[in-house]
Parts: sequence; structure tokens; C-alpha cells
Amino acid sequence: MSFAKIPKPDELIAVRYEPPETPWMDTPTVFRPGTWSYTGTAKSLTALELPNPRSWQPTDEDWKLPENWKEIILKGMKERLEKYRSFRLFMDICVRCGACADKCHFYIGSGDPKNMPVVRAELLRSVYRRYFTQSGKLFGSLAGARDLTVDVLKEWFYYFYQCTECRRCSVFCPYGIDQAEITMMGRELLNLVGCNINWVTEPMANCFRTGNHLGIQPGGVKDMLEFLAEDVGDRTGVHVEVPLNKKGAEILFVIPSGDYFADPGTYTCMGYMALFHEIGLDYTFSTYASEGGNFGLFTSHEMIKRLNAKIYAEAKRLGVKWILGGECGHMWRVLNQYMETMNGPADFLEVPVSPITGTRFENARSTKMVHISEFTADLIRNGKLKLDPSRNDHLRVTFHDSCNPSRAMGLFEEPRYIINHVCNHFHEMAEDTIRENTFCCGGGAGLGNDENMEMRMRGGMPRAMAVQAVREKYGVNRLTCMCAIDRAVLTSLMEYWVPGVLVTGVHELVANALVMTGEKERTTDLRGDPLEGKTADETL
Amino acid sequence: MNLLTSFIAVLILTLAALGFAYSTGLTYLLTVVIPYAAFAVFMVGFVFRVVQWAKAPVPFRIPSTCGQEKSLPWIRTNPLDNPSCLWGVIGRMALEILLFRSLFRNTRVEILQKRPVYDSAKWLWFFGLLFHWSLLIIVLRHLRFFIEPIAGWINSLSALDGFFEIGIPTLYLSDAAILAGLSFLLLRRLISSRLRYISLFTDYFSLLLILGVVGTGLLMRHFFPADLLQVKNMALGWVTFSPVVPKEVGMLFYMHLCFVFTLMVFFPMSKLMHMGGVFLSPTRNLANDNRMKRHINPWNAPVKVHTYEEYEDEFREKMKLAGLPLDKE
Amino acid sequence: MKLYNRGIILAGIVVFLILASGPFWYGRGRAVSPPDLKLDTPAIEQLKEKLCVEPAPYMRANHMRLLNDWRDSVVREGKRTYTAADGKVYKISLTGTCLECHSNKEQFCDRCHDYAGAKPACWDCHIIPEEVR
Repeated sequence: MSFAKIPKPDELIAVRYEPPETPWMDTPTVFRPGTWSYTGTAKSLTALELPNPRSWQPTDEDWKLPENWKEIILKGMKERLEKYRSFRLFMDICVRCGACADKCHFYIGSGDPKNMPVVRAELLRSVYRRYFTQSGKLFGSLAGARDLTVDVLKEWFYYFYQCTECRRCSVFCPYGIDQAEITMMGRELLNLVGCNINWVTEPMANCFRTGNHLGIQPGGVKDMLEFLAEDVGDRTGVHVEVPLNKKGAEILFVIPSGDYFADPGTYTCMGYMALFHEIGLDYTFSTYASEGGNFGLFTSHEMIKRLNAKIYAEAKRLGVKWILGGECGHMWRVLNQYMETMNGPADFLEVPVSPITGTRFENARSTKMVHISEFTADLIRNGKLKLDPSRNDHLRVTFHDSCNPSRAMGLFEEPRYIINHVCNHFHEMAEDTIRENTFCCGGGAGLGNDENMEMRMRGGMPRAMAVQAVREKYGVNRLTCMCAIDRAVLTSLMEYWVPGVLVTGVHELVANALVMTGEKERTTDLRGDPLEGKTADETL
Repeated sequence: MNLLTSFIAVLILTLAALGFAYSTGLTYLLTVVIPYAAFAVFMVGFVFRVVQWAKAPVPFRIPSTCGQEKSLPWIRTNPLDNPSCLWGVIGRMALEILLFRSLFRNTRVEILQKRPVYDSAKWLWFFGLLFHWSLLIIVLRHLRFFIEPIAGWINSLSALDGFFEIGIPTLYLSDAAILAGLSFLLLRRLISSRLRYISLFTDYFSLLLILGVVGTGLLMRHFFPADLLQVKNMALGWVTFSPVVPKEVGMLFYMHLCFVFTLMVFFPMSKLMHMGGVFLSPTRNLANDNRMKRHINPWNAPVKVHTYEEYEDEFREKMKLAGLPLDKE
Repeated sequence: MKLYNRGIILAGIVVFLILASGPFWYGRGRAVSPPDLKLDTPAIEQLKEKLCVEPAPYMRANHMRLLNDWRDSVVREGKRTYTAADGKVYKISLTGTCLECHSNKEQFCDRCHDYAGAKPACWDCHIIPEEVR
């Protein structure tokens, strides 16, 4: 990956928080290279039957909007104000106390005042006031209202695709105003006139057709999973099976496609396989539901539902009892907060019971989908795993709470419990940067593309700096996380800000420590890196 | 700019109050007609806004979770920051509304030696809380003018509020506190360039208006006393529908009234509606029990999905080649 | 009109309306006559000109401050006379001067103080003379 166009870290961190002279309404939006994402291609929009497919880029003067774009947006806004209480409420009750301002990683990293959640919301609020409130209609700018113009639309595009929907601001807001919700509305509106980014639309189009973001066809999924199973065999000496599309399996296992497609996610995937083999779990992967991630979350509620439908459908078709979900961030926001409402009820499934420990997952009794860290923590608690944490002694580990499992679920203790049982050297980052206060990787919500690299590095800076602090203090060399986007995005973030720290999934660490029946003497970890006290030669 | 406009607006109100004071007809208007009108606007407007929110459903259960979820029985949960049942939600809302729980988390970030540093920043929470509680106490204390005989608890509240018996008449702690709170809230908007940048007219105007109400009230209590007999006669007149025009109550009193009525009319059409809105915030008032209990979306619209049949139809040959099981051969 | 979470929101609105209009309910629309302050004590009856130390409107608004000044001037400065705006000189004494005329505390002082919810501190130190009670 090349960082040619991005300033050096030393320059990037010289952030000034002094706002410009001109009020934000009068400050034009500049599409600076490195801070925006390429637009959704006509092909992907067409595949999803989304409006206004065309070829364009935000730097173009003419965005080729439909003739009546303004009418479409205002109509869309009206419709959403009537459909979402959150939207109308969040438009109405902000007092601009500023508590959210310096909570946004993009503001902390860029100093651009329009990245303060309050102003990002005002971009939309100002238009709401102008067309949907009496005071705005009567008093105009005095009431903080402004007309909807093409420039305003461009500003929306720039800043709503500069928000990763991480919800950190909503933790600090005294009224719980959630910028993620406002960004979602803003993006829905932009999508009505065909303004989306390709790093969102293409994965969606792929996902809709092939079941996963990367467009991998059934045979490909099989090959990749089997290749990973072979790797598990090489490293552990244990041959593991890859159950795929297996009817009558007890559990359907859904993971983000990043986990079988690219490093370092693949090691996590190997981790799942090794674990399931060892405990003898009757499960299956699916090629049709070969993606837990859901970029619909970054587009519209309608798209969430369209892409999510396959999970329950596949569970029903395969006749499984319940569903287990892998390590992914926004996937779990969808599974936890949207799936059953949209595509439920899941009355054809059974309340999840761990076949190994007999634990009934009461907390998932309705949705019937369990997070793998809940599942594994339960295994460890019941002493079902033989673990040798010293096999992770070559790693100094810290843990990054991914935004969505943190702030849309509250999954904090399970991964820590697991890590503490599989590692001897675990060091937490600063309190202000973990758990519900966790910082985004800078590339969530579809922004993890390369053309947006400068903004990613800026947005990821608070996270990276927290890692750097534990690296200096404890020599941390591994950043653990439970999210496929994190595993991809944090890797380049670490390369840029904190070289020497690699990114890892929790289940990679689990499998490293897992003592398997019939295994050979382990000299390397899942990556093939030598274990502490073993020489590299022995691995050959 | 926004500050200047709001200042001018408050000044205009002050002048209007002067006009009211010096013309008999207008005095009648201010003390007999406008009170009812302002009160009606406040009540109707407030309810209208809440109803407007209520008309929109909450399609998804989207609480912001700020603590450990309820999962395995041996994992300690955080029922107040991540409630999983109604009682937890009630607790969370109570903390939020009575103690400003979320604001208590506030931090401040600075880049020091090329590192972002997070400091605890609780002043906003402290003065915000001070302001809101004082305002509530002051409003409750004012009930002494509206009911006769005065209920015991109001007298007790006043006695408690004036506990230190500083000066004659006693200085109420809530009066001092609200001044401190308001000054802080206003000064931070003026001094911090970031706050100045995000402040709208309505932000300054609300503060200046309430400052006007408080200021005139304090001046009347401690420096230019108004005849309380007249004041109470007037206030009781309103609530018993037999309004009387007070005599010789002084300039400040008219200003006080004028500001209060403006506030009442301004309230429902402004951000001050956060008073009602905070109760309805879906990121706070819902339990994180999504996976335990299905949330129903009343408009759950049908969408076009890609079914397994369509998927298999497209990839059948390839699936066969890969040795994957098929539904239809 | 369809309202969502109808029950709880309507309940909230009703609570708000009741609280905000509380005083109306409390008064139940009955007009309350202002307190009847009795100025018919024997001492006042005997006065030729029915005047307090200062004009009545001033006294109504400022008597607490006047009394406070009186207390300070006696207790701290030892000054026991007060010269009114019209030049008349009075002896500074709550019992001797004020209560001399207003010998009906209950029908005069208390009625108004109770009405306005004022809590004078006079009786923290002064005893209430038997005949005034």
C-alpha cells in the first residue's frame, strides 16, 4: 500500500482545532484528494435497481442529478420524518451544547468543524428547519435554516461519507442523539438521487448476487475454506473438515467474507475451524449466506433488509436449530438490532443451546443467533477447552473494542474473558479509548477504501495513538479485535502510525492456545510464526 | 452575529416592557390578555410537538449501549448503562433526566506532544445540572403566588432554599445557583471559539431571555421590591379566571412578565423542547433486549430479495462441479 | 391520527398538562379575595391622620428593608431614632412603635405574610407581646 500522497504522521497529527473565520454555512466544501471515496458505479447501482445509475465523480461540476432532485430529496425527507421517530426527534431537540464535538474521531483527527457531530447533524437540520418547521419557514437563517441547493447536497455527500456511524457521539449526548442515525438518514436521502460510494455499492451488488461482498462464487468459497483447512492441518497436524451447505447440521455459522478472503482475517477463520473441530461441533458454513457483513447499513434500511434476508432463509432451508455468528462489527449491529425486526420472527429455529456445555443462551432466545465470543467464553468457563496460553507468549496483546458490538450491543467482557484465558500478556489501552468509549478504526461504514486514505489515517489517529501508548509502555505487538473491517483497516492504520503492531482476531489467539486432540508438537502459531522458545528451523 | 441579533431581540423585549408599563391599555393587555394567550401557546405548542413525535413510530430498537450487555449468567452486567429490562430502562432514564448521566461522561481532547490526551471535563455537567435544578426549584417556589392557602411543602422548599438566611429578604440558594449556571453556559458560548462556531441565534437568545427573567426577578427581590400583595392578587386572579390589573408594581415587574411570556411562547417552537424530547429518545429509552424479544416495526415494508432458488439457478453448474449439494438437480 | 406508544405518551402528556395547569385545579376557579388587613386597632382609630412612618405604598413594598435598617441602626450603631422622609422623628422600636399601632399581628402582619408566603425573621428574637397576639 502506498502512502505517497498522504502527509507524514508528524504533519498529520499537527491538528488545529481553531475553527475558520467563515461560519460553516458560508464555508464551501472542497473535495480534497485523499479525503473522499469514489462514487458508486452505474453497474452496481443497476444491479441493485437503485435510482440514477450513471458515471460521475464528486469533483465533477455537474453531478448529473435527476431534474427534480430537490423534490425527491424533500419528499424523501418528509417520508422519513414520518417513519422514524428518531429522525424527527434528533432534528428537533439538539441544544448545541457541544459535548459531542470532540468525541468524533474524524474531528479529533482533522480539526474540520463540520466533522463535529453537532455540525454534521446541522447540515441536515438546517434544511429540515427550512422546509419542515414553522420557525424555519418564517425566520429563515435566524432560525438556523437554509435552502437546499446543489452545494448543500455536495456538502452532505462529503460529510455523510466522512462519518463511520460509530455512535461514539451518542454515548456523550445528554439526549442520546445518535449521529449514526442522522448519517443513515442523510445517506438514504443521497441514495434517492443516486449518490453513493463504490466501496459500498459494489460489495452490496456482489452480496446480493453471490451472497458475499467480494463476489466469490460457490466454488470459490469452498476452495478458500478448504485451503484454510489445509493450513490448519499444516500448522497443527490435525485434519479439519469444512462442512458447507450441509442440510440438517445443528448450527449455521455465518462469518464476514473478509475472514476467508484475506489476511489477517483468514487466521481468525482458521481459528474457528480448529475450535469447532476440536469440540466436535455439528455446524455448517453456507455459500448462499457467505457474508455476515451488511453494507446495507451504510445505504438504507431497505438495503439492510434485502441483504440480511438470506441468513434466516438459509437457516430455514438447511433446517438448522440455531445460528452462530463470527467476529464482525457492523454485522452484529444488524444481527442484534435489525435482523429479527426486519426478517423475523425466527420461530422455525430453537432457542440456542450449546451442544457442548448445555448452556441455554437465554439472551438470544428470540433472535436465535449467538455471538461466537459468547459461545467460546461459555466453553472456557465450563472447562471444555484445553488451553496453553504460553503458546501466545510471543505476543503482547491489546484489545480494540469494535464500535458496533460495543455501542449497539455491549459485548465487552466476553472477548476479554477469552483473551485472558488464551494469553499471558494482555494489556488494556487507556480507559477513554476502550469499551463504550472506544475509537473507530477510521474505515467503517464503507470508508475503508484506498482513495480515502488520508481521512482514514486521520480518523484512525485516536485509536492508533492509544495503541502506540501501550506499545511504548508494554511492548504491545498485537492488536486484537472482533471485526473484519477492523482487521483490514487497522492493518494499514498500524503500518502508518504504529509500525510493528499486527492485527489479529480473538479466535486466532484461541486456536494458537488450543491444545487439540492428536496434534503434532506446535512450533509455530497459526501464521507460521515461531513460538517463543522454539526455533524457526524446527518449523521446516 | 447571532449573539448580536439575540442581544438586540432581548433589548427590543425590554423596550416593549417599558411600553407596557407606561400605558394603561397595554398594562391591561400584558397582565390580563397575554398571560392566557402565552400559557395557551405554551401548553398547546408543547403537546403539539410531543404528538408530532408520537405520530412517527420507532421502527427499530436502537439503544446506545454504554456497558456490558446481559448475556451469560456469570458475566456481570451493567443494568443502568445497558438495561435489559423495563426497570433498567427506568433507572437509566432517571439517571439521564435527573442527573444528566451522559453529560457526566464528558471529556476534553487536546493534542499534547503529538498525542491526543483526554481530560475529564465535568464543568458543563456541573453547571448544567446546577442551572436546571435551580430553575425547577425556582418555578416551584413561584407557586406561592398562584395558590392560596400556600401548600406546606412550598413554604418548606422556600425555607430550605433560603436556609442560610443571608440578607433581608433571604437570598435563595437556587437564585445564586441559577445565576452561576447561566453565566457559565453563556460565557462558554462566548469564550470558546468552537462553541461560538456552532451557536445559533436561538442558543444565545434562550440564555439571554432566561437571564433576563432571572435578573429582573433578583433585582425585584433584593433591590427594588415589588408589592407582593399586588403580585399575588394578579397571579391568583389569573388562575381563578378573575384577572385584576396590579397597581404600582414597578417597571421591573413588567419586564419580568414580558420575558416570562416570551419564554413561554418561544418554548414549544425552539430547542427548549428538549425538555419533552429527552423522554422519547430511542437510544436511551429502550432496553437492549433485541435478541430476547422481537421488536415490531409497524411499517416493515416488503423488499426485493435474492432467494436461494435464484442463487442456485444461477450457479447450479458451478456448484455441481464443486461438489456442493443442490436442491434441484 | 395514529400515535405510537400511545399509552405511555398520552399518560406523559396528561401528567404534563396536570402539572403545568396545577394552580388552576388547586384554585378550582374560585376567586380568592385578597387578605383583609385590619387597620382598626384602638391606637389607629385615635390617630387624626392615619399615616404610618412612611407612605403606605412605600411601606407595603419596603417595610422589611426599613425594619432591617432599624435593627442594624439600633443593634450595631446604638441609634434609636428614625427621621422619616417628611421630617417626623420616630422612636425605633418594633414593639413600641410598630406594634403600638398595629397591635393586631394576626389580622395585619400574618395575613399578608401568609398570603405572600413571606417568612419574616422578626419573631426569631422578639417575643410577641401578649396583647398583640
